[in-house]
Amino acid sequence: MPFTPIEIISSSVLLLFLSVLLVPLLKGNQRLLINVSFMLTSLASLLGLAGGVWAVGAGITNKLILPLGLPDLPFHLRVDPLAGFFITVICLLSFFVSLYSIGYAKGYLGHRPVTKLVIFYSIFLAGMMMVVIADDALFFLISWEVMAAASYFLVMFEDEHLENRKAAFLYMIIAHVGAIAILLSFGIMAGLTTGFESFNGYTFDAMRQAEFPLKWASAAFLLAFFGFAAKAGVIPLHVWLPEAHPVAPSNVSALMSGVMLKTAIYGIIRVTFDLLGSFPWWWGAVVLILGLLSAVMGVLFALMQNDLKRLLAYSSVENIGIILIGIGASMIFTSFQMPLLAALALIAGLYHTMNHAMFKGLLFMGAGAVLHATGERNMEEMGGLIHRMKWTAPLFLIGCVSISALPPFNGFVSEWLTFQVFLLSPALPSPLLRLLIPLGAALLALTGALAAACFVKAFGVTFLGHWRGARMPHVHEADWPMRSGMILAALACLLLGVLPTFFIDWMDIIPQQLIGTKIGASSGAYGWLWLTPIAPERASYSGPIVFLGILFIVIAVYLVLHVKPGNIQRAPIWDCGFAKLNQRMQYSAASFSMPLRRIFGFLFKIKEEVKLTPCGTHKAFPKRLNYNLNVRDRFWGWLYKPVVDSSFWVARHVGKLQQGRIQTYLIYSFITIIILLLFSR
Amino acid sequence: MKFYTLITEFLQLIILIGIAPAFTGWVRMLKCWSQGRTSAGLLQPYRDLDKLFSKDVLLADNATWIFRFTPYLVFGTAVLAGGIIPMLTVDLPIAYAADVIVLVALFAIARFFTALAGMDMGTAFGGMGSSREMTIASLAEPAMLMAIFTVSLASKSTSLSQMVHVIYTGQSVFRPSLAFALIAFILIALAETGRIPVDNPATHLELTMIHEAMILEYSGRHLALIEWAGMMKLFLFVMLGIAVFAPWGIASSGDFIPILSAFLFMLMKLGIIGIGLVLIETGLAKMRIFRMTEFLGSAFLLATLGMLSFFILE
Repeated sequence: MPFTPIEIISSSVLLLFLSVLLVPLLKGNQRLLINVSFMLTSLASLLGLAGGVWAVGAGITNKLILPLGLPDLPFHLRVDPLAGFFITVICLLSFFVSLYSIGYAKGYLGHRPVTKLVIFYSIFLAGMMMVVIADDALFFLISWEVMAAASYFLVMFEDEHLENRKAAFLYMIIAHVGAIAILLSFGIMAGLTTGFESFNGYTFDAMRQAEFPLKWASAAFLLAFFGFAAKAGVIPLHVWLPEAHPVAPSNVSALMSGVMLKTAIYGIIRVTFDLLGSFPWWWGAVVLILGLLSAVMGVLFALMQNDLKRLLAYSSVENIGIILIGIGASMIFTSFQMPLLAALALIAGLYHTMNHAMFKGLLFMGAGAVLHATGERNMEEMGGLIHRMKWTAPLFLIGCVSISALPPFNGFVSEWLTFQVFLLSPALPSPLLRLLIPLGAALLALTGALAAACFVKAFGVTFLGHWRGARMPHVHEADWPMRSGMILAALACLLLGVLPTFFIDWMDIIPQQLIGTKIGASSGAYGWLWLTPIAPERASYSGPIVFLGILFIVIAVYLVLHVKPGNIQRAPIWDCGFAKLNQRMQYSAASFSMPLRRIFGFLFKIKEEVKLTPCGTHKAFPKRLNYNLNVRDRFWGWLYKPVVDSSFWVARHVGKLQQGRIQTYLIYSFITIIILLLFSR
Repeated sequence: MKFYTLITEFLQLIILIGIAPAFTGWVRMLKCWSQGRTSAGLLQPYRDLDKLFSKDVLLADNATWIFRFTPYLVFGTAVLAGGIIPMLTVDLPIAYAADVIVLVALFAIARFFTALAGMDMGTAFGGMGSSREMTIASLAEPAMLMAIFTVSLASKSTSLSQMVHVIYTGQSVFRPSLAFALIAFILIALAETGRIPVDNPATHLELTMIHEAMILEYSGRHLALIEWAGMMKLFLFVMLGIAVFAPWGIASSGDFIPILSAFLFMLMKLGIIGIGLVLIETGLAKMRIFRMTEFLGSAFLLATLGMLSFFILE
C-alpha cells in the first residue's frame, strides 16, 4: 500500500479541518449542515481508525515533519504503537458518536443554531488526534490548547444558563493550570537536554535520548503528572468534571468522558515510560495511590447524585482511577526490573482505557437519548421509560452491566486482569509496597461492588417502575442514527468482553516497545479461546465459554419449562394487598442510596433537612413534608477555597502598588533600571 | 479433555440441582428440632417447588421483559457456578474457563438482575429490597474477594481446581492467614446467603425483608426457579467453604471409588455444617440493618488482615 499510517491519520485530521471550512457554505440549511458535517466526521474517524489499527497491528513507527510552526522549530509528528492505540480508541468512539450526533443534533433544530456545535466538534476531534500524534513539545501544547478551547466552546453551547457559563469557566481555569504545569515540565526536560543553551531540546526525540539527573526528572514527572491529572479528573483535581460534563450536549459529553480524559492518560504514559525512561518506585506508588483514591471517592460521589449525567461524570473519575491503578502498578514493576508483570499491568490499564471509552460512550449516548426524549436530567423525575424507549433501555442496560464488571462484557476482562496484577505482587522486593498491595486489592474490590450498586440505581430509577414526575410527557424513542451509534458501541462492549485474546495479541506490541516484553508469549498460548496471561495453572479465563455457558443454560432451562407452558395471566400489582399505590411511593434516587449515604457519609458534607407541617396539633399526621438533601464535595473547602482565598489576598496586597499617580510609576521604573544595572553585568 | 471429566462435571451439576433443596430441608428440620417444633420433613422443599411449578404465573400489568427474564438468568448462573466449584473431584474441565473471580462475578450478575427486577414493579417494597441488597453486597463482595484472594495467594493460583488441589495435597501447616480468611468467609457466607443475623429467610414482615422483598411479586414457575436458585446459592457457599478450607476426602482422579467416597464425605460434611448453621441461626438474633456495617466491616477487615499477614509472614 502506498500510504503509511501517519499519512492516513494526517489526512483524517485534514478532512476534519476541511469539514469546518465547509460550514459557512452550508450554514443556511441547518439540517443539511448536520448531515454533511457529521458524515464527514464519521468518515474521518474511520480513516483514523484504519491508520491506528494498522500502526498497532504491524508495530509501525512513522515520523513526519511539517513545515508549519515557528521558523527553525517545525512541527514533528510521530505515529508509533502507543499513539496508534490511542488513535484507535479516539476514532472508534468518535465514529459511533458522530453517527449518534446526526440524530442528536437534530433535536436542537428550531430551538437554536447548531453551527457552533458542528464547527467546534470537528476542531475538538482534530485537536485530540493531533495531541496523540505530536512528537515535540510545541506541537503537543498547541494541540492541547486547541482541544481545551474547542471543548470549552462545546461546554458553553447553551450559554444562556448561568450554571453552564460557570461550569465552562471552572473547566477553563483548571485546564489552564494543568497546561501550565505541563509546559513547565516540558521546559525542564527540553532545557536539561541542551543545557538551557539552545532550542533544539523541544523535540521528544531529543528528550528520549537525554539522561536526566534524578531530582530534575522527579520535578518534571510531578509537574507533568499534576498537569495531566488535572485534565484526567484525578482526585483532588476532579471538580470540573461533574460540572462540565452534564451541561455539555450529550454527544460532546460522551466524547469528553470517553476519549478526552484518555489523552491525559496517553500523556502520562508517554512522559513516564517514553520520555523519562527510568524511574524510581515511588513515582509508581504516587500514581497507584492517587488512582485508588480516585476510584473509591469517584464511585462514592457517583452514588450520591440524582442527576443522571453527573452520576456518569463521577463514574468517569472512578474509571480513570482504575486505569491509573494499572499504570501505577506497571511503573512500580518496571522500576523493580520485572518486565513481564509490568507488561501485564500496562495491558490491564490500556484495556480498561478502551473499555471505558466504549461503555461510558454508550452510557452518555443513552443519557442523551433520555434527555432528548423527556427533557429531564434529574432522575427523581423519571421512571418507567423502558415501556416507551424499547431500544434505548436494553442498550443502556448493556452499558450498566459492562461498567459493573459483569461477565461476559468487557468491564470484567480489565478488572480480572487488574486483580491478576495484584495477586502477582508478592514477587515485589519492597516490604512497604507489599503492604500497599492488599489494601489496593481491597479498595479495587470495594469500587467494583459500589459501581454495581450505583448502576442498579441509575438504570432502575430512570427506566423501571413508574414515572415519578407529575405528568409523563410525550416520550418518543430515539431515531435510527442515535440507535445505530448506541448499538455499535454495545456490540463493541460485547466483543471486547468475549474475545479478549485477539485484542491483547493486537495490543501486545505496545509493552514490547515501552518495556521490552510481550505478554502474548503466555496469553492465548493455549489457543485463542483462553486468556492465560502468566500460566494456565495460575489463572485463565475464557470469554467465549463463559458467554456460551450462560446462554446455553438459560436457554435450556427456558425450553425445559416451556415444554408444557403454563398460563401467564396479567393482573394489577400485588404489593402485599396494598391497593392505593401511586407513583410517589416508589424508591427514588436519593432513597436508593440512603443506606450507603449513612455508611460512607462521613466522607462528604451532607446537610439533611426535614420540615414537617402537621395536620392539627399532633405531629403524627403530617399535612406536608419537606425534605431537603444537600451533598457537597469536601474538596471545595479543603483545597479550592483556601487556594482561591489566598490568591485574592495576595492580589489585594499586591494591588496596593497601584497608587494611580504617574509619579509613583515613574519611580518604580527608575528603581527597576537601577537594580538591573547593578545586578546584570 | 477426557471423557470421564465431562461425566463428573455433569454429575456435579445433577447433585447440585438435586441435593440443594434437601440441604435446605435438613437445615429447616434441625431448626425445628432445636426450637421444639415438629418439622415438615427433609423433602418438604421438593414438595414446595413442585407446587409452585404447577401454579400459573400472575404477572403485574407493568412487568417488563427484565422481570420475566431474571428467574432464568438467576437459575442459570447458579448452575454455572456449580460447575466451577470442586465438589466431588478437582479435575473439572470448566476450571480453565472460569476461575474464582468469575464465580464471584456470577453471583454478582444474579444479584444485579434480581435488584433490577425488584425495582421493576414500582412498589416501595421492591425498591427497599434492592437498595438494602446492593448495600450489603457492596460490603460483602469485596470481603469475599479478599478472603478468596488470601487462599489464592497461598496456593499461587486463582483457578479453584488448582487452589483445592494445593490445599489438599499440601502439608497440614496452620497458616494464620487462612484462619483469618475462614472466619471472614463464615461471616460473609451468612450475609450473602441471607441467613440470620443478616436477613431472616423465614420472615413474613416486609419491612424486615432484604432478599424476599425483591421477589415479592413473583409467582408460579418464576418463583420456583428463584427459590431453587436461592437454595442452590446456600449449597454452593457451603461447598465453596468446604472445598477451599476443608477439602479432605475429595477425589483427585475420575475413578469410581474415589468419587463415591468423595460423595459420602460431602454428605457427612454437609450434615455437620447444617448443625453449625442452625446453632448460629438459633443462637443469634437478626441485626438492625445499620448494624450490618459493623458486621460486614469486620469481615472485610479480617479478610484484609489475612491477606496482610500472608504478605508479612510468608
